Amino acid sequence: MPKLISKDAVLDNPWTVMKASTGPEILQAVPGKNFIVPLQFWTLYSEELNDYDGSIAVWIDSDESPEKIADALHSLPLIALNFPVFSDGRSYTNARELRQRYAYKGEIRAIGDVLRDQLYYMAQCGFDSFEIRHDQEAELCLEAFKDFKTGYQSTIAEPTPLFRRR
Amino acid sequence: MYRYDGYDHQMLADRVAQFRDQTNRYLDGKLSESEFLPLRLQNGLYIQRLAPMLRIAVPYGMLSSLQLRKLAYIANHYDKGYAHFTTRQNIQFNWPALVDVPDLLADLADVEMHAIQTSGNCIRNTTTDQFAGAAVDELEDSRAYCEIIRQWSSFHPEFAYLPRKFKIAVCGTVDDQAATQVHDIGIYIVKGANEEIGFRILVGGGLGRTPVIGKEIFDFVEKKHLLTVLEAILRVYNREGRRDNKYKARIKILVKATGVEEFKKKVLEEWALVKDSSLTLTDEEIERCQKFFDAPDYQELGNSPAKLIDKLQSNLLFAAWHSQNVKPHKVTGYSIVTVCFKETGVAPGDVTDRQLEHLADLADQYSFGEIRISHKQNIVMADVRQDQLFELYKALETGAMASHNLGLLTDVICCPGGDFCALANAKSIPIAESIQRKFNDHEELTNIGEINLNISGCMNACGHHHVGNIGILGVDKKGEEYYQVSLGGSSKNNASLGKIIGPSFAQEEIPGVVETIVGVYKDKRSGDEKFIDTFNRIGLDPFKEKVYAKAD
Ligand code: HEM
Ligand code: SF4
Repeated sequence: MPKLISKDAVLDNPWTVMKASTGPEILQAVPGKNFIVPLQFWTLYSEELNDYDGSIAVWIDSDESPEKIADALHSLPLIALNFPVFSDGRSYTNARELRQRYAYKGEIRAIGDVLRDQLYYMAQCGFDSFEIRHDQEAELCLEAFKDFKTGYQSTIAEPTPLFRRR
Repeated sequence: MYRYDGYDHQMLADRVAQFRDQTNRYLDGKLSESEFLPLRLQNGLYIQRLAPMLRIAVPYGMLSSLQLRKLAYIANHYDKGYAHFTTRQNIQFNWPALVDVPDLLADLADVEMHAIQTSGNCIRNTTTDQFAGAAVDELEDSRAYCEIIRQWSSFHPEFAYLPRKFKIAVCGTVDDQAATQVHDIGIYIVKGANEEIGFRILVGGGLGRTPVIGKEIFDFVEKKHLLTVLEAILRVYNREGRRDNKYKARIKILVKATGVEEFKKKVLEEWALVKDSSLTLTDEEIERCQKFFDAPDYQELGNSPAKLIDKLQSNLLFAAWHSQNVKPHKVTGYSIVTVCFKETGVAPGDVTDRQLEHLADLADQYSFGEIRISHKQNIVMADVRQDQLFELYKALETGAMASHNLGLLTDVICCPGGDFCALANAKSIPIAESIQRKFNDHEELTNIGEINLNISGCMNACGHHHVGNIGILGVDKKGEEYYQVSLGGSSKNNASLGKIIGPSFAQEEIPGVVETIVGVYKDKRSGDEKFIDTFNRIGLDPFKEKVYAKAD
């Protein structure tokens, strides 16, 4: 099971990220699971997903926009945003868009190439949980959220910029 | 000058500790090369041909004497006794050892300095006019806005992994000395309809492989919306800028591909989300930042004191220096002095630890303890009493810093090139030197007048060759170092990109080629027309004919 953490704890991970190449037969083959399905899968197989007896969430790749599921967002308990490689910064913007533009209140999870040294910024941008890459040490990663005591900006975690708090 | 409070100090201390931990993990083999790379870049550390190179941020070019002394110490303690001023008002060290860098950064933090975001795909140091606050033609001091942008862009969690680097310049003067139009975002301080101060905003300028002049997207933005509009532009860029090809990843390519109008529409859409959010600037914050740049304690003095006039008449070298390197100040009795670091035989921008110490002393004595770095790799003392100019000049002479070639042909901008840089096609420092040797007669130089000559060792354009009146670019011709020459570039208000004159030249031909070009100009100029104006009037052909006629 991939390691999952929040800002202050190691978590159980009841969710399985479905690979991008997966076809709809999996729903019949593996019933009762909690799947985070690719955005593409979610749009193509909405009916099949409706009939599925497990829980469903969606993951959005860094080159996709949350706009595509804007209408359905509020029925989803969790949205995962993918980092194909840690240096691809688009999912930071997607996280903020989910919160600011779409007022999404559910859980936002980072998946993919999620490494210790980017966790602090991810948390600032509105991510709640982090499925860290297999070689990352969970305990070490938890330290990352203490990298900075405060920041200058208006972020999702701290909407009031420093100049209004000074 | 901006002073850190507890928050600024805390963030910097956190950053130093973070990078120390990252460096240790890298040295322990727990962090891979590719994972460490962007982390070290965002802390200013390149690995170069000979050693690591550390670029230190000098926010909008301002340094206190205390900071200068610390830089001198660092040059001496961690480097080989010298430092290098860059074309983005920063400082580079070419020889620190990787293991020493966290200690070096801690030393810098003691004097409120750092190397944060001086490289890597993030928002870089914001630059401005080196005369800010003292210039006669200034609408408003740009430094408070630069500081506001510095804070907003430092450790911005959303924009630390952009498609490519991102550079912002702010210009508050009528005469643009900040190369504003060749920045990813160029900001001009302007007056609106009812005399209110605001910003005109350009996007998509840049040099490098594909040089582009920025295009206006907003002709007037209210002060309070400065950060929200920047956030909106960056968000569009972060999402849509190309990431598949690093040569097409700058915002200039996105703006070109999208079209300015369409790009603006996207920005407006994002802006609407944040425009009146808590990120909207408050008057208190603007005033807080402006206070740091309040006028120093000027004395009531008259212009052109007898003491100055006297020396100008009796000392010809001083008079030459004064007419080239000293500019008018907005306060009577004061002048702006530029110390030109373009001594023949010294790499442009290089400065020794002794000179840094000396500059610190002179700044304390003559210019309220502050200096600025200009994007032309020189040093500015912005607030010098006119009756002390001669003393300052004599002191500079003692420190071998009294070159009087500011703005002249030999005041070249030049990148480190093949002597230091792993990406170079060709050397650039020896080219600068060969030109300086050819033109070593001051009278002839002043006769030629104002002209910028910029040299880059490859198409990354660190030496701004595209915007040099004369631009020289190192190219690789079947494994040999050759040089392509372009004419007519400018980074001023009517910015333009130089036009390539024709086939490239061997290194030893360059001084002669420059001489021919200057000869054509001298022949064709009318009255006291500057080189760039003559070029714009007569075009490339007369130069081309002469240069290649001679080569045949
Ligand atoms: C020796 C180490 C250096 C290396 C490896 C290096 C590398 C680069 C590269 C690869 C670019 C192009 C980036 C792009 O187009 O996106 C660039 C641009 C630039 N460099 Fe350097 N550089 C070095 C030193 C310097 C120095 C010493 C200066 C100042 C004198 C400088 C000033 C600049 C400037 C102003 C640009 C930006 C031009 C633009 O807007 O595209 N660089 N550098
Ligand atoms: S222009 Fe090229 S050679 Fe010169 S410093 Fe930049 S990358 Fe190196």
